[in-house]
Amino acid sequence: MSASTAPRRMRRLEPAAIAGVMSREVANFRTYWKGTTFSSVLEPIVYLLAFGLGLGATLVDEVEGVPYIQFVGTGMVATAVIFSSALPSMFGTFVKHRFQNTYEAILAAPVDVEELVSAEMIWIAGRSAVYGCVPLIVTFFWGLDPAPGMLLVPLFCFVTALGFSGFGVAMAATVAKIDQFNYVTALFVTPLFLVAGTFFPISGLPEGVQVVAQINPLHQLVELVRGGAFGFEVVDLARFAFLVCFALLTWRVAVSRMRSRLID
Amino acid sequence: MAAIELSGVVKRFGSITAVDGLDLEVPEGICLGLLGPNGAGKSTTMRLLTGQAIADSGRLRVLDYELPGQSKPARAEMGVVPQLDNLDVDVTVEDNLAVYARLYRVKDVGAAVDRGLDLARLRERRRDAVDKLSGGMRRRLLLARGLLHEPKLVLLDEPTVGLDPQIRTELWTLIGDLKARGTTILMSTHYIEEAERLADEVAVMHHGRVISRGRPAELISKHAGTHTAEIYAPPQRLTELRADAEGAGLRVRAAGPAIAIVGSERAGDGLVPDDAVVRAATLEDVFVLLTGEEAE
Repeated sequence: MSASTAPRRMRRLEPAAIAGVMSREVANFRTYWKGTTFSSVLEPIVYLLAFGLGLGATLVDEVEGVPYIQFVGTGMVATAVIFSSALPSMFGTFVKHRFQNTYEAILAAPVDVEELVSAEMIWIAGRSAVYGCVPLIVTFFWGLDPAPGMLLVPLFCFVTALGFSGFGVAMAATVAKIDQFNYVTALFVTPLFLVAGTFFPISGLPEGVQVVAQINPLHQLVELVRGGAFGFEVVDLARFAFLVCFALLTWRVAVSRMRSRLID
Repeated sequence: MAAIELSGVVKRFGSITAVDGLDLEVPEGICLGLLGPNGAGKSTTMRLLTGQAIADSGRLRVLDYELPGQSKPARAEMGVVPQLDNLDVDVTVEDNLAVYARLYRVKDVGAAVDRGLDLARLRERRRDAVDKLSGGMRRRLLLARGLLHEPKLVLLDEPTVGLDPQIRTELWTLIGDLKARGTTILMSTHYIEEAERLADEVAVMHHGRVISRGRPAELISKHAGTHTAEIYAPPQRLTELRADAEGAGLRVRAAGPAIAIVGSERAGDGLVPDDAVVRAATLEDVFVLLTGEEAE
């Protein structure tokens, strides 16, 4: 008799399947969490100190009425999110699919591609939600006052990271070789990171670039985090809705791209 | 009820037809060996059965589930042991098993892990990372991982490919135990000895379809008769002997540096030289005659 308790009819997006895939991620993460956490925490702190203290001490005192290091510290949340979601999902998905044949084993179990991709995205987004808060916490040491709105920052980070992990999975399912991630990084990740309003306000950019920046999810995240720190505006609801749409869109694209990769 | 029923299954990859009108029925409780050379369509057939390939046409039914629509519940009741080692190498032995127990929705994960450890004979190594295990241990673990949920049907895709003879024998023992418990097994292989030793029935696959099927002894009797004569001689002499035997209606195949006259018991006087090595016909003779490929 079978020890499996799976019913004869199985639904889409079963929590048990998603939890099973995530348990694999957790088991693996336990073996490499130190290195990943070290780089995910240290990188944004280095940027924060270099730009916040460097520029703040020499060139810029305040931006939009906020001390420059606090301006950068709140913006760096978005940088931590994109670097801890888009890149790990791109490389991780590619390696698991092409080199480790992990997905072949998972899909031989009662798990479908939609559940597999969803689990990967949720796991990466959960991690990013934690790593994303680090710059904010570090900025407390430079005078940023805790505010109730900041309690929503992990949620903002999670939703944005869902979108970027979906983007990463879709890219991993699209490129033919791992080297091609260089194009993805140069064409998408770096420009998004630089035109997010992290280091300087978007309002200082040419009008055309300002319009383009509005469709940059990282910019919306930066604005939401600053809203949480310095006070929300009504438009922030629209910003959050935009991020939810971004996550939904990349989720569907990632599922579709992975399905065409994994199912012959 | 048959555990697997495939009829008229076709799977193409661009201009290549990997599975070409495959009809295959696997009754419950038997071990069917899917024997064929590389490129015969065995692995594609396995992927079709796990829903990782979708047939262009034909009907697939596994454990009373229609594929691909009901592939997911079908997979819950089958176990798959892949050709390639895809264990998580940095993770411990027990965590590798626990993850798959969860994926298969096993209620008591701890008990399933213990069962898997016993099956793989790795209880003492349960907390070691997989990359600390020997090749044979990893293969046993891979097999145990596919059996954690006590499946009704097990797909073994080239289970011993690339392994040394000692590890192969170990795995054959484990597969033999599984067979003895009445589990239905579909095993693809291109090793003749593996098919002969483990399979109740063998289906010889070539160019995407089954070209002959039966119990090993039946296949040998049907296609190869009772005896094969292997003849070692200079190339010119072998060419002459081959022409003579084929002229007399006998089937001849290459056998390394020699030729083998299959069904040599039917050979007339003078067709088999006195110094020929006459032996019982084997499944290898059948395989080579049917597929034209050298056996491994």
